[in-house]
Amino acid sequence: METLAMHISNGIIDGPVAAAFGVVALAAMAVGVRRGRQDLDDRLAPMAGLVAAFIFAVQMLNFPIFTAGISGHLLGGALAAMLVGPWVGALCIAVVLVVQALVFGDGGVAMLGLNVTNMAVLAVAVAYLLIALLLRVLPRSTTGLAVTAFVAALVSVVVAAMGFVLQYWLGGTADLGGNLAALAGTMAVSHLFIGIGEGLITATTVVTVAKVRPDLVYALRALKPAAPATDATVGGVR
Amino acid sequence: MRKWSFVVGGLLVALLLAGVVSNFASPHPDGLDSSLREGCTLDTDGEITGGSCPAQQEQEHEIGGPLADYGIAGLDNEFLSTGLSGVLGVLLTFVLAGGAFRLVRRRDAAPETGGSRDADRPGTPATSQG
Repeated sequence: METLAMHISNGIIDGPVAAAFGVVALAAMAVGVRRGRQDLDDRLAPMAGLVAAFIFAVQMLNFPIFTAGISGHLLGGALAAMLVGPWVGALCIAVVLVVQALVFGDGGVAMLGLNVTNMAVLAVAVAYLLIALLLRVLPRSTTGLAVTAFVAALVSVVVAAMGFVLQYWLGGTADLGGNLAALAGTMAVSHLFIGIGEGLITATTVVTVAKVRPDLVYALRALKPAAPATDATVGGVR
Repeated sequence: MRKWSFVVGGLLVALLLAGVVSNFASPHPDGLDSSLREGCTLDTDGEITGGSCPAQQEQEHEIGGPLADYGIAGLDNEFLSTGLSGVLGVLLTFVLAGGAFRLVRRRDAAPETGGSRDADRPGTPATSQG
C-alpha cells in the first residue's frame, strides 16, 4: 500500500526551480520568525506547539473524495492562521513539513521549499487575509466564525494547489505537451473537493476551541469587532 | 494551570487521531498524486503500468528512514506500525515546534506577581499589545 501525503515528491519539479523556491521559503520563514516573535508570549508558545502537533496528526487522516478513488487530507493553513496567527501559523506548518520530509519520507527534502511555499506561505497568507476580511463583515456569532473558517480553508487549499501548478509550469519534469491547463483543471477540481473537507474540519475545530477557550483563538483576539474609533491597533484596515 | 490543561487535552486528541484513527484513513492516492497520474494506466494496487504522466518522473526519497511512509520498519502489524509512527510523529512535532517557539518567544520584563490570571479570562483584552 502506498500512503503518500499531498506533498511534492522528488523528481517532479526540476532542481533549479526547487532551489529557487527553497530560497523563497527560507526568506518567508525568516520574516515569520521576526514577526511571529511579537505574537509569541508564554501563552502562545505551547499553543503553537500543540497546533503543529495536531496538524501533523490530522495530515495522516486521508479522507475519501466521493468520486472514484481519490483522497485528500487537511493542509491546516487556515486552522493554524486562525488559532495562532499568520506568522506563527506559517512556522507551525513549516515545522510539520520539515518533520514529514526528514523523518517520514513524505515529500522530497529537495522539494521542501516548494511544499513550504505552497502550504505554509501561500495557504496561510490567503487564509489569514480572508479571515481578517470575513471576521469584519460577518456577524460575530458561532455561524460567522464557522463560515469564516470554512471559506478561508477551502480557498487556501485551492490556492496552494494552484501554487503547485505555477511551480510545475516553471519546472515540471514531464513534458505535458503544452497541456498545463489540463493539470491545472484536475488539480483545481480535486482540491475544490478536498477544500470542502478542509473547510468542514477547520470550522469544526475552530468552533470547538472557541467554545472551550475563546481566548486561545488568535483571530478572535487580534481582530476585534470594528469598534468605533478605539486606539489605532495593528493593521491598517479601515 | 488552565493553559496546560488545554494543551495536554489537545495533545491527547492528536495522539488518538495519529495513533488510532490514522488506520482508517483512505488508502486512495490524494489529489496531487492522482492529478500527476493522469494519463497513465494503473493496476489495482495503484502501480503505474503504462501510458505517460508526470508521476513517472518521481525519484526516490533522499532519506527514507525507519519511519518512512508512516510505518515502523520491521514491524509487521500494520495497525501498530501506522499507529506508533503517528504517535512518535505527534510527540516529535510537539517537542520540536514547542521547543523552538519557546526559544524565540517574547519575554516580557518581569510580570507583576499574580497578574497573569487576568490573561486567562475569556473576553478580557489580550495583554499589552505589541
